[in-house]
Amino acid sequence: MEKETDIENCKKVLLGEFEPVISAKNLTKTFGHFTAVDSISFDVAKGEIFGFLGANGAGKTTAMRMLCGLLKPTSGKGKVAGYDIEKQSEQVKKNIGYMSQKFSLSEDLRVWENIRLYAGIYGVHEREIAPRTDELLRQLGFESEKNSLVKSLPLGWKQKLAFSVSIFHNPKIVFLDEPTGGVDPAARRQFWELIYQAADRGITVFVTTHYMDEAEYCNRVCILVDGRIEAIDLPRNLKEQFNVKSMDEVFQQMARKATRKAD
Amino acid sequence: MSVIESKNLSKNYFSAKSGKFAGIGLRLSGDPKSPSGDLGDGLCFEVDKGEIYGIIGPDGAGKTTLFRILTTLLLPDSGTATVDGFDVVKDFKKIRSRVGYMPGRFSLYQDLTVEENLKVFASIFNTTIEENYHLIKDIYQHIEPFKTRRAGALSGGMKQKLALSCALIHKPSVLFLDEPTTGVDPVSRKEFWEMLKKLKSEGITILVSTPYMDEASLCDRIALIQNGEFLTIDSPQNIVNKFNKILWSVHSNNMSKLLNDLRSHAGVGVCYAFGDTHHITVVDEKLTINTLSDFLQEKDHKDVVISKIEATVEDCFMELAIPKN
Amino acid sequence: MKFFNRWHEKQPEKPIRMRQFIVFTQKEFKHIFRDRWTTLILLVLPILMIILFGFGINTEIKNTKFAVYDPSHDVATQGIVNKLLTSEYFTLSEFVNTPNEIENIFKEKGIGLVVVFSEKFYENLLHTGDAQVQLITDGTDPNTASILTAYASNLIFSYQQDLISAQDIPYQIKPEIKLLYNPTLKGVYSTVPGIIGVILILICAMMTSISIAREKEQGTMEILLVSPMKPIVLILAKVVPFFCISIVNLVTILLLSVFVLEVPIVGSLFLLILVSLLYIFVALSIGLLISSVVDKQMVALLISGMALMLPFVYLSGMMFPIESMPIVLQWISNIIPAKWFIIAMRNIMIKGLGFSSIVKEVAILSFMALFFIMLSLKKFKLRLE
Repeated sequence: MEKETDIENCKKVLLGEFEPVISAKNLTKTFGHFTAVDSISFDVAKGEIFGFLGANGAGKTTAMRMLCGLLKPTSGKGKVAGYDIEKQSEQVKKNIGYMSQKFSLSEDLRVWENIRLYAGIYGVHEREIAPRTDELLRQLGFESEKNSLVKSLPLGWKQKLAFSVSIFHNPKIVFLDEPTGGVDPAARRQFWELIYQAADRGITVFVTTHYMDEAEYCNRVCILVDGRIEAIDLPRNLKEQFNVKSMDEVFQQMARKATRKAD
Repeated sequence: MSVIESKNLSKNYFSAKSGKFAGIGLRLSGDPKSPSGDLGDGLCFEVDKGEIYGIIGPDGAGKTTLFRILTTLLLPDSGTATVDGFDVVKDFKKIRSRVGYMPGRFSLYQDLTVEENLKVFASIFNTTIEENYHLIKDIYQHIEPFKTRRAGALSGGMKQKLALSCALIHKPSVLFLDEPTTGVDPVSRKEFWEMLKKLKSEGITILVSTPYMDEASLCDRIALIQNGEFLTIDSPQNIVNKFNKILWSVHSNNMSKLLNDLRSHAGVGVCYAFGDTHHITVVDEKLTINTLSDFLQEKDHKDVVISKIEATVEDCFMELAIPKN
Repeated sequence: MKFFNRWHEKQPEKPIRMRQFIVFTQKEFKHIFRDRWTTLILLVLPILMIILFGFGINTEIKNTKFAVYDPSHDVATQGIVNKLLTSEYFTLSEFVNTPNEIENIFKEKGIGLVVVFSEKFYENLLHTGDAQVQLITDGTDPNTASILTAYASNLIFSYQQDLISAQDIPYQIKPEIKLLYNPTLKGVYSTVPGIIGVILILICAMMTSISIAREKEQGTMEILLVSPMKPIVLILAKVVPFFCISIVNLVTILLLSVFVLEVPIVGSLFLLILVSLLYIFVALSIGLLISSVVDKQMVALLISGMALMLPFVYLSGMMFPIESMPIVLQWISNIIPAKWFIIAMRNIMIKGLGFSSIVKEVAILSFMALFFIMLSLKKFKLRLE
C-alpha cells in the first residue's frame, strides 16, 4: 500500500513511464585489486531527490565522480541527462550542477561576484546574468548582502547561496556532496526547502551523505555498503522493513555487514 | 542577572559545589567595550564531576571559542571560569597538565604512524604508553592492528579513535572534545559515544560539543548554544518535557506543496520539514487531526498521515531559537 | 582522588624533560625524512647549488682567449703574458699592432680579454712606479668580465710578487698594486662563502618556520599548548634537527669546494666552523621569529623564501660588490647577517687571515643571534589569538 503512494515520479520510474535522468547499469570501478564500486545499477527520475548513502569509503564519492564524468568506469554503463558518461562526458558536465561540502564559493569574492563567476563558467547569457542575479537574491532575501564578501556570511547563508549558484544555469541534475554539515536547525530547513523548490522545477537532486537524518528528507535512498547497493527504496519502506523509527537505525543494521573496515 | 551577579554566583558555585569546573560570565564574542544591555552575553554553567556534558549548537555558535577559553588557549574578554578548581587565566599551567583536549580538526601527525603519534603525545604529557595503557586499552585495541600505519592513511572513524587515545594517554581528569563526531560515519559515531560512556564510568568528566541534535540524548546534561548564547541548559529529557506546545507530524504525497498549504492554515503555528514528514505546532486548540486532514485533502493532498508526536531536542532548539529571529 | 591530585602536582623531573625532548626531536627527524621533497631540498639542493654555481663559473672562465697590445716589448710585459699563459684560465690568441684593432677583435675572434700595456712599461715600473696595464673585457656580460679581470689582476699581482722577491725593490712596486688590484675579488673562490650563507639561511630559517607553521595549520599546536610541555623544549626540539642538517650541509659544501671545485681553505678550519655555527644560530633564530608571527606554511614559505632570500642574495655582497651599491642599499646591507658572514668567511677561507680580522663580524653576528633569539622567545605565544 505504502509502496504505491509517495512520490509520483518514483512510481513512473518503477512503471517505466519515462526515461530516467540518471541511469547506471552494472557500473564498476576498480583501483588495482580494490573494487571501489561493484556493479551498481539504479535509475533516478526527473525531479526526484535521491539520497546516496554510505559509510566513509563505501564508494559514494567514486560512484558520484563517475556519474559526473570525472572518472571513467572500469566496466558498466551510465547515462546522465541522456548522455553517456564515458563517451559524452563534456555534454554531461554542461547539464549538471555540483555543490560540495566546502560550498565551492570563493570566500574573497562578493556575493554578486560569485554568482557572476559561476554564471560565466557555465555560459549563462551575459544579458541574463544581472536581472537573474537580482531575482535570485530577492528570492533568498539576500538583497542587502549583494555586496558582502562571502566569508562574512553565516554558514547557513553560504550554504543556501552555494546551492543557488550551483543551479543558476538550470541544470537537469544537481549533485550535492555531503551538503549540510553543522548548520543550525532552522537554516538547515530553509536549505531543504530550497532543494524542494528546485525539485518542483524539475531539477533532479542527487545527494550523497553519511548523516542519516539528512537521508530522511530524500524521496528515495540508496544504501551503499562495500561498493555494492545494499538497499534502494523509500525511507519509509526501509524503516518499516527493519521495524525501526529512523534511517540511522536502518543504516546501523545494514552497515554491520560491512567488511571494509580499514579503508 | 548581570555580569556582576554572575561573578557572585561563581563564588557560590566554587565553594558550595564540588563541581569539576564552573565557567561563569564568559563573554564569547564581540567587542568587550560594546554596550551590552543584553544579559545573555555571558555564558554561565557548571559541570559536575563524572558528567557527560554536551554543548550543542550549529557552526559559528561559539562552541570552539568556549572550548579554547576553558582549555586556556584563549583569554576571555570578561568573566571568569575555573576548571578543576583552577582559574583559566591565572592557573593556566595547572589546567594544562590535567585536561585532555581533542580539537575540532583532526590534529595528529599525519606522517607519523599510529604508535608514533601515541608515543609523542604520551611524552609531551610526561607519561609513557605503558604507564597508562589500561586507560586507553578499550579504545586503542580497535586500532592496534594498524599501529604501523601512518595516521594520514586511517579512515575517519579510526583517526577519531586514535585522537581520543592521544587525548586520554595522560589520565586527564577533564576531557574536552570539540566536535569529535563531525565527518565520521554513523557506525563509528555510535561506537564513539559508547566509548564516552565507558570513560564516564571511570570518573572522567567529559565536555563534548556537537552540531548534531540527535547526539544530545546521549549526554547527561546539555547546553543548547546559538550566536554565543545559551538557549537553555538541562538534561535532554527535561528539555523535551519543557516543550509546551502541541506538536504534530504531517505527511502527504506532495511534501513541497504541503509546506505551503500548512503554513496557510490559521491553526498552524510554525511548520517546518523534519525528515520525511513536516512538523507543525498547533495554536488553535479546536483544530483536530481530522479537520486538518480534511483541509489538506481539499487541497489535493493524497495519503495524508497526521499524528501527534513527542518533541525531540531539535524541535526544542527550533522553538527556543525562533523568538530571537 | 588524593592520589590523582598528587600525580598531577608532581613536578616533572629533569629526566622527564629530557625524554620529552628526545621523543619530540625524533618526531621532527621523522617529519623531515618521511617527506621526499623535504629530504631532497635539505640534502640534495645544497650539493646541486654548489656544483652548479662552482662549475658554472669554472667552465666559462677556463681557456679564455686573450689578445695583447704591447708597445714596450720588454721583460716585464713578457713576464706578465707568460704568467697569464701558465694559468689554465687563459690562452693567447694574438698580438695586436694598433689600439684601433681592439674593438674589432672582440666581435670577430671571440676574445674575452685584451691586455694593453703602456709604453716603456718595465722602465716606468722600475723608476717611476707608474707602469700602466689596462684590462679590457666585454662589458655586456659583467659577471664574466669582472671574474676575468679579477683573475688577470691576480696573475699580474703574483708576477709582481715574483719581481719583488727576485729584485728586492719593493717600495717602487706599490703604486702598481693599487692600480691593478681588483678590490671586489670576484670568482669561484669568493662565491663559496656566499653559497654557504644562502644555503644555511634557506635550511635554517625557511625549514624551521615552515615546520612550526605546520603544527599550527594542522591543529597539533593546540594540543601542544594545552600540554605541560615547556615552550623551550618545543623550540629546542624543533631547532635541533635543522641544526644537525645544517652541519651536515656545511661539511658537504666544504668538502665539495675543496675537492671538486679546488677552492683551498687557506685559514683556520676551527675559526671557519666557529663563524659558521654562529651564523647557523642567527638563521635558526630568524626562522623562529618568522614562525612566531605566521600561522600558515604558505606564508612562512613566502616570507622566508622571498622576503628573506632576495636581500640575502642581492645585498649580502654574494653577487654584487657592496661598495658599488647606492648608499641606501649599502646601509641596508648592514642588517643582513649574510653580509658579515661572507666577509668573515672570505677573510678566513680565501685570505687566510686570523681571528683579529673578524672580531667585528663575529661581534655583530653574536649580537644578531642574541637579539633574534630573545625576540622570538618573547614573541612565542602561549595561547591562540
